[in-house]
Amino acid sequence: MEKTKKKSVLSLFSNQKYIVILVVILLSAIFMIASADFRKYTTFVTLLDMSYYYVLMGIGVAFPLITGGVDLSIGTGMVCYALVGGYLVRNAGVPVIVGILVALLFGIGIGALNGVLVAVMDLPAFLATLCTCMITRGLGSLLTFKSTVPWPTDKQPGGWFHSIFKITTGNNTKIPLGFLWVIILMVIMAFVLKHTKFGRYVIAIGSNKEATILSGINVKFFHIMAYVVCGLFAGLAAIPYASAIPTIQPGTGAGVELDAIGGAIVGGVSATGGSGSIEGTFFGVYVICLLKVGLPFIGLQANWQQVITGAILIGAVMIDIVKKRRAIATGQAAA
Amino acid sequence: MGEEILRMEEIDKSFPGVHALDHVHFNLNRGEVHALMGENGAGKSTLMKVLTGIYSKDSGKIIYEGKEAEFHNTREAQEAGIVIVHQELNMVGDLTVAQNIFIGREFMSGIKINDRKMVEESKKLFDRLHIEINPTEKMSNLTVGKQQMCEIAKAISHECKVIIFDEPSAALTEKEIDDLFTIIRDLREQNMGIIYISHRMDEIKVITDRVTVMRDGTYVGTLITKDCTKDDIVKMMVGRVIYEQPKEKSLVPDDAPVVLKVDHLNAGKMVQDVSFELHKGEILGFSGLMGAGRTETARAVFGADPKQSGDIYINGKKVEINSPEDAVHHGIGYLSEDRKRYGVVVQKSITENSTLACLDDYISGIFINKAKEKEAAETYIKELDTKTPSADQLVVNLSGGNQQKIVIAKWLVKNCDILIFDEPTRGIDVGAKNEIYKLMNRLASEGKSIIMISSEMQEILRMSDRIVIMCEGKKTGELKIEEATQEKIMDKATRDIK
Repeated sequence: MEKTKKKSVLSLFSNQKYIVILVVILLSAIFMIASADFRKYTTFVTLLDMSYYYVLMGIGVAFPLITGGVDLSIGTGMVCYALVGGYLVRNAGVPVIVGILVALLFGIGIGALNGVLVAVMDLPAFLATLCTCMITRGLGSLLTFKSTVPWPTDKQPGGWFHSIFKITTGNNTKIPLGFLWVIILMVIMAFVLKHTKFGRYVIAIGSNKEATILSGINVKFFHIMAYVVCGLFAGLAAIPYASAIPTIQPGTGAGVELDAIGGAIVGGVSATGGSGSIEGTFFGVYVICLLKVGLPFIGLQANWQQVITGAILIGAVMIDIVKKRRAIATGQAAA
Repeated sequence: MGEEILRMEEIDKSFPGVHALDHVHFNLNRGEVHALMGENGAGKSTLMKVLTGIYSKDSGKIIYEGKEAEFHNTREAQEAGIVIVHQELNMVGDLTVAQNIFIGREFMSGIKINDRKMVEESKKLFDRLHIEINPTEKMSNLTVGKQQMCEIAKAISHECKVIIFDEPSAALTEKEIDDLFTIIRDLREQNMGIIYISHRMDEIKVITDRVTVMRDGTYVGTLITKDCTKDDIVKMMVGRVIYEQPKEKSLVPDDAPVVLKVDHLNAGKMVQDVSFELHKGEILGFSGLMGAGRTETARAVFGADPKQSGDIYINGKKVEINSPEDAVHHGIGYLSEDRKRYGVVVQKSITENSTLACLDDYISGIFINKAKEKEAAETYIKELDTKTPSADQLVVNLSGGNQQKIVIAKWLVKNCDILIFDEPTRGIDVGAKNEIYKLMNRLASEGKSIIMISSEMQEILRMSDRIVIMCEGKKTGELKIEEATQEKIMDKATRDIK
C-alpha cells in the first residue's frame, strides 16, 4: 500500500503523546513569557513538589482506565493512607518507614477490594470505586479519631523522608530529587504496560474483555491486579502528599482523583479503555499541574484552573472519539 | 479420509428448563470436513461448547485420539489440539495481529514479552496458509475477512488436530469464502479433522465430506455429502421440504405507481451516484457483495448517515430527509441487519418495543396509555404470528426470527408504507426464514413497498420482483426477475473487482 508511509507521518501527529508534550512546552512558554515570577527556580521546585502525588496517582489510575474502568477512590484513599500512616508515627511512635509501609499496604488492600468488586462481583467500576471513595474518606477520620495528622517535619526526627523528594544543598539550593523517582517509576510502569503480560492483558481487557476470556486468560486476576496497582500507587502518592502537606486534614482528598484521571485522559488514555500510555499520562498530569500552578501567576484564580482543565479534557476526549470514529470508517471502507 | 480422531457418545446436557442435548452422537475422522447442521437452537453450539470445555456434560463420553477425554476449559481443549474459530470474531482490536494470535501464550524473554519473535512466528503461520497479512498491523484496521484469517492462523498455531469453524462465512465476501475454502482444503490435506457449522447449503455441498444433522437437541443422522441432495439435508433439519424455487415473474403490475424515487444519491465513498425507483407493492432486491454500499445507501435514504447530494421523492413529491425522524415521518421504516444493535431494545418487552417508534400516538395526557399500547402489540403478535407467551415477554427471550417480527411490528404500528429490510434473515433458522418470507410477500401484496438488501443469492432470486445490483458504492445494474440469473447478478456484482 502506498498509504503506509503517509500514515506513519500522520500518526506521529495524531499520537496524543506528542500533542501533550507540545502542550506542556506551550503552557510553560506562555506562563514564562507572561510572568517573571513563574520563571523563578523556586516556582519550578514548588510545581514539582506538588506534582509528585498527582503523577503517581495518574500512573496508577491509568491501569483501571485502560481496562475500561476507573478508580474514584484514589483521592480520598491517598489522604486516608497518609492519615493512618502519619497517625501511627505520631501517636504510636512507630518509625516513619513503618508508617509508609502501612500506607502502601492499606493502598494495596483498598485496591484489591476495588478489584474484587469490579472484576469478581461485576459492579460497574464507577459505582464500586465511588463507594470505596466514601469508605476511605470516612475511615481516614475514624481511624485517626477525627484528628488532623502532621507527619514529622524535615527538622524533626523521622523527617528524613522529605529528602526523598527534595534535598537542600549547602548554599540553600533545593534540588527536586523526587522528579527523578517519578521519572524512574514512569519508565518502569511504561515498560510494564507495554512489554509484560500484565500490561498486555490490561489493554486486552479494555479492548475486548470477552475475547480475552475466551483466549484462556485469567481475566479476573489481571483485572483485579489493575486495581491493586492503582491502589499501590495511591499508597505511594501518600508519601509525597505527607511531605508536601504540613498537616493532613481528615475528610479531604475528594476531587484530587479527578485531576489525576483528567491528566491520564489528557495524556491519551482512552476514556473507553483499550489504549493509552504511561508516558502520555505522565505529561498529561503535568499539563494539569502546570495549569494549577501557572494560572495564578497570570492572575487567574483556582476556579479558572477548573474551567480550563475541563475544556482541555473535552478536547482530549474529542481527539479520542474522532480517532475511533476514523478507525471505524477506514475499517468499513476496507471491508 | 483417515482414521477416527474424535467420537462423542450419548452426550447429555440440561440447563434449567431446557434439555439442550439429548444423548447426541458425533464422530470425526482425520482429514475430513464434517458439517454440523441444524436450525438455530438445535444444539450445535452447545455440543461444540461441551467438546471444548466451555460447558460440562451431564453424561456421555468424549473419546479423543482413542482415549476418553474431558476438558474443563477452552485452554485444556486447545492444549489437547481442539480449537474453535468463533462465529463472532474474538479479536482484541487494540492489539496487533501477532499479539492477538499469541495472546495468552506470549513468547517471553524474562518478564518481557518477545514481540519480535511473535511477529516472526505469525509470518510463518501466514506463509503456511498462503495469505498475506502484516503481523504488526492493529487488528481493528483489518477487514472482517482478514480478521477471520487471523483467527484461523491462531487456531493452527496451537498445533491442533481438530478445528471447529462456527459459521465462518457469515460475514465474508464470496472471494473471501473462496480463500477460506482453499485454506480448509489445505488443512484437510494436512490430515486435520474439521467441523464446519453453517446454515448455507451451497457451502456444505462444496466443502464438506459428511453432514451430521441435529434437531431440537437430538441427533438426527449423518450423511455422506456427495450422496445426498440439499433437500435431503433440509428435510432432516426441519422434517419438511421447504427449498423453494426462484420467483418466476414479477407480481407488480406494470402501471404500479412509483412510491419512492432516489435520484443521483451521493453519500461518501460507499454511495456514489445511486438512482432507483421503488413501485407500490414491489419487493426490490438489493444484491451485491459485502461492502458494495447497499446498507450505506439504505442508511443515507433513511437519513441515518449524511448525504452529500441527491434527491428523494416520495409519491412524486420531493422530500427532505436529514434524520431517521424525517424518514419515519415520511413513512419509511428501516430494519437493520444488526438487530440487536439497531433493531430492538432486547431488555424491554414486546409491547414497549412495538410502540417505540411512535410513542406519541400512545400518550394520554402526559402518561403512556399502557392498555392501548398493549392492544397494538397484541394485534401484531397475532398478525405476524409471533411466538411468545405474552406481549409482556422481554424481547431478549425470543428467538431470532421472532425478534425480527417485533422489528417489523414496530414499523407496521407506525404505519410505514416503505420498508427497508436489511439482511432480514441473517442468523435466523430455516423455518423462521420461511415465515419472514411469507410475511414480506403478504406485506407487498397488501400494498407495502419493500426494499430488501440481501447477500444470499437464493433469497434475492426467490423474493425480488426487481433487482438492483451494487458494487463498490455504485449501482452496476438492474434486472427484472424474469431475466435475472445467478450468473448475471454475480457478473454485475463483481464487475469492477476483476
